[in-house]
Amino acid sequence: MFYREAGDFKTSYSADSATFPILFDRYRYYLVLIVGAGIIPFVLNDYWANSILIPFLIYAIAAMGLNILTGYCGQVSLGTGGFMAVGAYTSYKLMTAFPGLDMISVTLLSGLMTAMVGLAFGLPSLRIKGFYLAVATLAAQFFLVWLFNKVGWFYNYSASGQISAPTRDFFYFTNIAVTGPSAESWAKYLFCFMFVFVLAWVARNLTRGSMGRQWMAIRDMDIAAEIIGVNPLKAKLTAFAVSSFYVGISGALLFTVYLGAVEVGEAYGITKSFLVLFMIIIGGLGSIFGSFAGAAFMVILPVFLRNFLTGTMNWDSALATHFEFVIVGGLIMFFLIVEPHGLARLWALVKDKLRLWPFPH
Amino acid sequence: MPEQLVFAMEVTLNGLMTGVMYSLVALGFVLIFKASGIFNYAQGVMALFAAMTLVGIQDGRVPFSHVINAIFGTHIYDFGWEVPALLAILLTVIVMIIFALLVQRFVFKHLVGQEPIILFMATIGLAYFLEGVSDLMWGSEIRNMDVGLPQGINDWIDVTTLEIFGYGFFIDNLDLAATLIAAILVMGLIAYSQYTKNGRAMRAVADDHQAALSVGISLNYVWILVWSLAGIVALVAGVMWGSKSGVQFSLSLIALKALPVLMLGGFTSIPGAIVGGMIIGVGEALFEFAIGPMIGGATENWFAYVLALLFLVFRPQGLFGEKIIERV
Repeated sequence: MFYREAGDFKTSYSADSATFPILFDRYRYYLVLIVGAGIIPFVLNDYWANSILIPFLIYAIAAMGLNILTGYCGQVSLGTGGFMAVGAYTSYKLMTAFPGLDMISVTLLSGLMTAMVGLAFGLPSLRIKGFYLAVATLAAQFFLVWLFNKVGWFYNYSASGQISAPTRDFFYFTNIAVTGPSAESWAKYLFCFMFVFVLAWVARNLTRGSMGRQWMAIRDMDIAAEIIGVNPLKAKLTAFAVSSFYVGISGALLFTVYLGAVEVGEAYGITKSFLVLFMIIIGGLGSIFGSFAGAAFMVILPVFLRNFLTGTMNWDSALATHFEFVIVGGLIMFFLIVEPHGLARLWALVKDKLRLWPFPH
Repeated sequence: MPEQLVFAMEVTLNGLMTGVMYSLVALGFVLIFKASGIFNYAQGVMALFAAMTLVGIQDGRVPFSHVINAIFGTHIYDFGWEVPALLAILLTVIVMIIFALLVQRFVFKHLVGQEPIILFMATIGLAYFLEGVSDLMWGSEIRNMDVGLPQGINDWIDVTTLEIFGYGFFIDNLDLAATLIAAILVMGLIAYSQYTKNGRAMRAVADDHQAALSVGISLNYVWILVWSLAGIVALVAGVMWGSKSGVQFSLSLIALKALPVLMLGGFTSIPGAIVGGMIIGVGEALFEFAIGPMIGGATENWFAYVLALLFLVFRPQGLFGEKIIERV
């Protein structure tokens, strides 16, 4: 009824190619921004921030990153956990070596470092394709985790081998801590929200620009793309670099803002790679919205199951965890069979229906 | 003979044995990949599932007892009998065949004709699902596997090498048994695919789906067959690994090592899986022995993957794989 383009006349090319061409969509987007940045920080409590909102925002960044590589460029990666670890350890080294550095610079620099590491591991993708590449990225996963575990320099030779985030500021002279034990939930939340907003905006525009079209050409058929003039070297390596940048930022935030102290094998192991992969499969391959939907789903599902099974049904927690495995695995197969494009596609179908509602013909 | 060289020989031999164990898992991958083009990530978890089922049946545990107890508030755990090893193995084989039927019926039947990468991701989902199911079914405690395989140091090798080199090699009887069983299994599989009707059908499907279909071979039947065979291979691998290091979750991670093995050997070649396994086994053992202490040890976590990665850059189809030809 409200959701249609009729009567919404575009008078310029830029209006015509806007991200949200339908007025209702645009207002909804502004509403999400206002609620996300203007209302939630004031009503936020620690439980919601720490168990749902902050992990959701952080994983959404990782999911966007992996979606750029896997969903848009078609290169399956199982090394996400390893790249997240690169971000985390870079931010740790920066925070301890330069105590005056603010968190925004630290996080961005961590992303850049990860992008460079990602480039190095992306080079084989020029020769190796498909699941050969997926297995090759496992090399990155295991090697990086081993490296951070064994080389003392990375964790400043601490006895436990763990790294823990010291207290650091949001930005210069602001005096708002976003890391360390004294940081407040709303500051952490807003810090992550800001990164998510900017990165999502960049990702959305990258993927519909010429670079994104090159990635998609490579994904759909790399030889044909090469013939029509897409440079596979450039397309694949930019995808790896941009993707790793996102994943690195996500890994850095996961360590500095969310967890505070990590042990690399536990926090950035192979299970993390799969978690992010599942997010984009369930959310939708090749969709920015899908990254958010998938991240939300995979963050909320365990919390919900744990509350439901252990709280309401009185199961013990080990049993609930196993049940979670069954559900997640089942859902992955279900989505791949029924809707390979995930939640994002379902959402698009709903929107198409809504355009005609209540007069479907 | 210098001492270091003797040590290196022992390490090589042990690496060779470990490599055979990797090959056992890799075999299951090759079987499924050849016949259906599915790169079955769940093979490792299938080994875990088979091993847990075997131990569970042997001990006479009630399947899903934890779930039943949690829902109905009962306290049942055991049937109170013990099943002899051979019968338990037979029952586990039946379970694996039922599993193959279900997987084909409910998952891969609906995914025919999808891109390989979608199939691959579906098997990752299957791996998670199966892992959850096996934990729900049999509990997640570490179990000891005992099906009567010999264990412990092989005295004969110890004594003989002591006479020749002045240093007794430590070779586990279990590894020797595993090598022997792997050899029998491979020969059995080759014979099966060469000389039986089903085996020929399998090879036909591996060659060309359409052509196989047109001469009256049921794809569905062949796929169930290869999944069953892969299940049986998984059982063998699960028994070997389980006897070696207990039946536990890490079993499915060890099985991940089969992936670089396959990349080295090529996805479509049974001899490739064996040779690849041995290269990886020996390579990682020697690397850990020679270079590991210098850079902090535990290099076997990643060595196999990096070796496979470097190798693939030069030969993308693996050692024995068919040449990859791409057309637009």
